[in-house]
Amino acid sequence: MAYALQQIINGVTLGMIYGLIAVGYTMVYGIIGMINFAHGDIFMIGAFLSLMGLTVLSALGITSVPLALAITLILACGIAALYGWTVERIAYRPLRGSFRLAPLISAIGMSIVLQNFVQVSQGARDLNLMPLIPGGFKVMEQDGFVVQLSWMQVMISVTTLVMLAIFTWLVTKTSLGRSMRACEQDIKMATLLGIDTDRTISLTFVIGAALATVAGMMFLLYYGSINFYIGFSAGVKAFTAAVLGGIGSLPGAVLGGLAIGLIESLWSGYASVPYKDVAAFSVLAIVLIFMPSGLLGRADIEKV
Amino acid sequence: MSTQAPLLAVANLTMRFGGLTAVSALSFQARSGEITAVIGPNGAGKTTVFNCITGFYRPTSGGLTLTRPDGVQLALQSLPGHRIARTAKVARTFQNIRLFAGMTVLENLMVAQHNMMMPTVIGGLLAVFGLGSYRSKQRVAIDRARHWLNEIGLLNRADDPAGALPYGAQRRLEIARAMCTGPVLLCLDEPAAGLNPRESDELSDLLMRIRGDGCSLLLIEHDMGVVMRISDHVVVLDHGKKISDGTPTEVRNDPKVIAAYLGEGDEDEETPAGAEAAA
Repeated sequence: MAYALQQIINGVTLGMIYGLIAVGYTMVYGIIGMINFAHGDIFMIGAFLSLMGLTVLSALGITSVPLALAITLILACGIAALYGWTVERIAYRPLRGSFRLAPLISAIGMSIVLQNFVQVSQGARDLNLMPLIPGGFKVMEQDGFVVQLSWMQVMISVTTLVMLAIFTWLVTKTSLGRSMRACEQDIKMATLLGIDTDRTISLTFVIGAALATVAGMMFLLYYGSINFYIGFSAGVKAFTAAVLGGIGSLPGAVLGGLAIGLIESLWSGYASVPYKDVAAFSVLAIVLIFMPSGLLGRADIEKV
Repeated sequence: MSTQAPLLAVANLTMRFGGLTAVSALSFQARSGEITAVIGPNGAGKTTVFNCITGFYRPTSGGLTLTRPDGVQLALQSLPGHRIARTAKVARTFQNIRLFAGMTVLENLMVAQHNMMMPTVIGGLLAVFGLGSYRSKQRVAIDRARHWLNEIGLLNRADDPAGALPYGAQRRLEIARAMCTGPVLLCLDEPAAGLNPRESDELSDLLMRIRGDGCSLLLIEHDMGVVMRISDHVVVLDHGKKISDGTPTEVRNDPKVIAAYLGEGDEDEETPAGAEAAA
């Protein structure tokens, strides 16, 4: 019981990170119908920017951890958003209106470019960060097994929920969100109503990149170690989460992320760690067989 | 009529698709404050003209000049898509319904006012943080949406998904949404299609009210009852060419128009009957 609870806590934390990245995938898919394979690498860049930010700030003598985290988060989000904007501008926008696979190939190329850029500029080895938020508290104790909830896990969950709340408000209540949803449903009609669709798409990438950066920072703080390759595995997991939740559905992305996180963590806890990815992807396969549009995805009903 | 420049001047408009000439050297004018109807048998090129006006197609040749009430002249054929609504203030609806079905009725009307609420990225960013004039603009936008909901009789359905409305209500909502962009010219592609007689009467009244509010209309319509009743000016197309142009009475008595409708064995059975009924 206690052991299961611990695995669930770990799984939820992991799932939150996946969910934040998955939102970026699902949002871009919803609006322009492509999978932005470079999104995982924006997450990785976000993690590197956070590491740089924290290092620079501590060198500047800012010792207050919350202050350093807040400054870093804002700066990293801003710079990574610029990356997201640039990727869309140079790799996807020129291909808009060409055949469907073209931007997909371009996305894979962009992913390789970003990975190699970081590998060359930052080196290929793991970079480490001292744990910034140590400690935690005991949730319960049973048969000598102590269930720990670390402050880090609390912070990750709270930050993620706050980001998702802001994001949900943005999409459902603001004019920008409405025009994003309009573009998602009928981009030509949105143009006719005077919505600058190119700008809306750019902003979608910017927002997605900012969320991925938050995830990158959480990943850095949680694991304390990053390299240029983390974007690939996290990206594939988050993409899986988006598909599992129903690609195009924002709550689905978060739900899918939590599901993948929990499956991974419970499987690691009870079965075998090396096979955790097999478990996650098997669940994806099974769900897609029985629910082809994912957990919360809308089935495409064509009126005839 | 007044001597000022026409609201929309179509000059020598030609649109070719490969070897097919859909519209050939078409010229007509839509004057400010009038309802101009474009009629013609199926395949005459009416929708192609609309698609050129609203930026869906780039005309092969010819010009589309819009003169805004403030005197600014714009060449529609060279404006990017979203500028047609934003700068030229031309709005349109389609033959088939293109509402944002997953959004609520109110949201459909709010989307159309996006530009007035967030003209710039900076303004958009400020709005995210609740700064700037966003709040007051939002209030204005909601008021305008409410005004149009009232006009089309859907005030009590504001929070329902647009896709859940009955067909006739969706048609009216499309018109309301187009009006929320604040157009000077509203282009309607077969607004009465599929409406029952009572609904098309209501539609005629709505269109007359829109004209009364100062917005000019350009209308493609097969329902001759509607066309003859509300139009100030009718342009008849056949095979991509203009065959007649004048008041409803003039057009109805034009032998070329009668030939185009009756002579070609078109499947538009109700059209001549409707024309006579209106006479």
